Amino acid sequence: MTAIAPGQANVVAPQADKRIDYQKQAQRQDVIVALMVTGLAVFILALYLMPLGYALVTSLKSKAQTSAVGAPILPSMPRQYEYEGEVYDILRVPQDDGSTAEWALVQGRRRGVSDFVDPDNPEAGIIEWEGNWRTLAKVWEPNIQWSNYPDAWNFISFARLLGNTLMYAMVTMVGMVTASAMTAYGFARFRFPGRNLLFILVISTLVLPPQVTDLPRYAFFVNVLDWGGTWWPLIVPAFFGHAYHVFLLRQYFLTIPREMEEAAAIDGAGPIMTFLRVIVPQSVPALTASALFHFFYAWNDYFGPLIYLAGNRQAQPISIGLSEFNGLYSSEPQLILAASIITIILPLAIFFMAQRIFIQGIVITGVDK
Amino acid sequence: MSPARRREALYGLFFISPWLIGFLLFYVFPMVASAVFSLMDFQLANPDEAAFIGLQNWTRLLSDGTLHLALQVTFVFALITLPIGMISAFLLAVLLNSKNLIGRDLLRVLFYAPTMIPLIAAVLIWSQVLNPSDGWVNRLIESIGYDMSGGGRLRWLNDPERPALVWIAYTFIGLWGIGNAMLINLAALQGVPSDLYDAAWVDGAGWMRRLTNITIPMVSPVIFFNLVLSVIGLMQYFIVPWVLNGGSGDPQGYTTFYMVHFFKQGFVFQNMGYGATLAWLMFFIALGITLILFRTARYWVYYSGELES
Repeated sequence: MTAIAPGQANVVAPQADKRIDYQKQAQRQDVIVALMVTGLAVFILALYLMPLGYALVTSLKSKAQTSAVGAPILPSMPRQYEYEGEVYDILRVPQDDGSTAEWALVQGRRRGVSDFVDPDNPEAGIIEWEGNWRTLAKVWEPNIQWSNYPDAWNFISFARLLGNTLMYAMVTMVGMVTASAMTAYGFARFRFPGRNLLFILVISTLVLPPQVTDLPRYAFFVNVLDWGGTWWPLIVPAFFGHAYHVFLLRQYFLTIPREMEEAAAIDGAGPIMTFLRVIVPQSVPALTASALFHFFYAWNDYFGPLIYLAGNRQAQPISIGLSEFNGLYSSEPQLILAASIITIILPLAIFFMAQRIFIQGIVITGVDK
Repeated sequence: MSPARRREALYGLFFISPWLIGFLLFYVFPMVASAVFSLMDFQLANPDEAAFIGLQNWTRLLSDGTLHLALQVTFVFALITLPIGMISAFLLAVLLNSKNLIGRDLLRVLFYAPTMIPLIAAVLIWSQVLNPSDGWVNRLIESIGYDMSGGGRLRWLNDPERPALVWIAYTFIGLWGIGNAMLINLAALQGVPSDLYDAAWVDGAGWMRRLTNITIPMVSPVIFFNLVLSVIGLMQYFIVPWVLNGGSGDPQGYTTFYMVHFFKQGFVFQNMGYGATLAWLMFFIALGITLILFRTARYWVYYSGELES
């Protein structure tokens, strides 16, 4: 715009100005649309994440604060003042001159005169004030109960739950990714009779309601092998892979060019060597996605531990411990929310660090099917 | 088969052997056993007294009042929550795909984040934010003019006057789980060729026309995929009613979901015979619905690659 020299302006001004006007107008319109769309998105996001805000705020309140009438949203306590050995609430008291004083209520009476004391000037003694003290607002001051977090941590024995959950997640993650990667490689690269039918079976287990296998599995693990109350029924099956991971990894392996494997074969490497030396190093993103998905699955798993670990509190994972805690401490919402937030932190931190890998993995399994 | 092909086949079977053995051990045998169980009177507490009783478990399905309630609850809840969840996932994806959005990547991550919250924690957080007295949901509704005093107070999770509220509450909780569907929709939206929109723009089609005539048909395969998975998932709806309403069915039976009934029969009463029958009934219902969905797919799912294949 500044490029137009003043001398030239006389000649080209009418057209150029118009064009600039259009551009400006279009730009301004773009900005307005962008602001509106973004504003809408942020508004929806705020509603969507509102429960998290509530959880954070409430987890920092005391039990009394969670049910205090008229309290502000953030954790607060009525400000109080100690006068001659007794503690009194401080109220906002309107004055004749229109200003407001913050006085401690010593003696409220139903009608007539109530007794106050001015915390800034206690020597003045009792001040009498005429009016209904019940209409006066309390003075609130921030009062954050950080102690809810250590309390929740201890009540719920969080260290033990965390240890159990991490053990389960890590051990089964190794088994799950190894077995699924092997299977996926078998389906991606080798021709054998019945391959297509078997792969259809892999996919069909994805949509099979697990209930049709639950009861016999349970009877077998608990009554035949006597594994009730142990982690074995949950760990062992993971070492045989799962259709979800087989599918995800197969799709990825299919995109790896065959040339490198052919070169490895010429160098005399067998299929197992090729798998370990060529395929695995090439597939780190997909293997990571698979490992992460399983980690989150294990972290969340509720039904398996519910049926197999019944009666063994020492072995409980976080999911079971947290829901049991909810039943036992239903009158302490602040502790339940603090425990919930502690549970959220690790998965969310992993997600924010690895979100790219994550989102790609979901897209692969969702769109290609 | 040539030696090379035989060798290749053997290696293939070797590589898939973990899954193949697991499939036999944890799918095929249990399914057969489960079918056998459904013909037996089999209580896990005294397995020695197990006996074949023919189709008695199956005929019991007809007279099981709790089952009929459970089917009704599961289906009606699915009819409420499924459209809300799927439409939200789609519209959010459209919003997050908008070129006009500032900070698009960050917003995508933030909208997806609740899906990463462990389910139990999410359920407990929602149960608190929905609490009748100082939960923010009620405060928000109050602030836009709804009278919460006295009987008007919404007791989301257990309101004897308005029991259906619990389904709305569960639907809210479900909205924290739409992240995957949203992402898959988003990926599909990004795959719609932009020349289609250019052509429509030249023809003077507005935003709504482009949405209904281009976007929705082009992403319909993905909507179909999400629909099938959601239906199967909803048949197995369990954790939320179990944790929040303890499997009691409160309020007034509105949380007697199919899976809650199955869990009680199978794992609480340890009635293997009738439990297995309920499991098979669920299997057939899920299969039936899936087949019906696939049959209808040809009328509304558009595969752009169809002509080539």
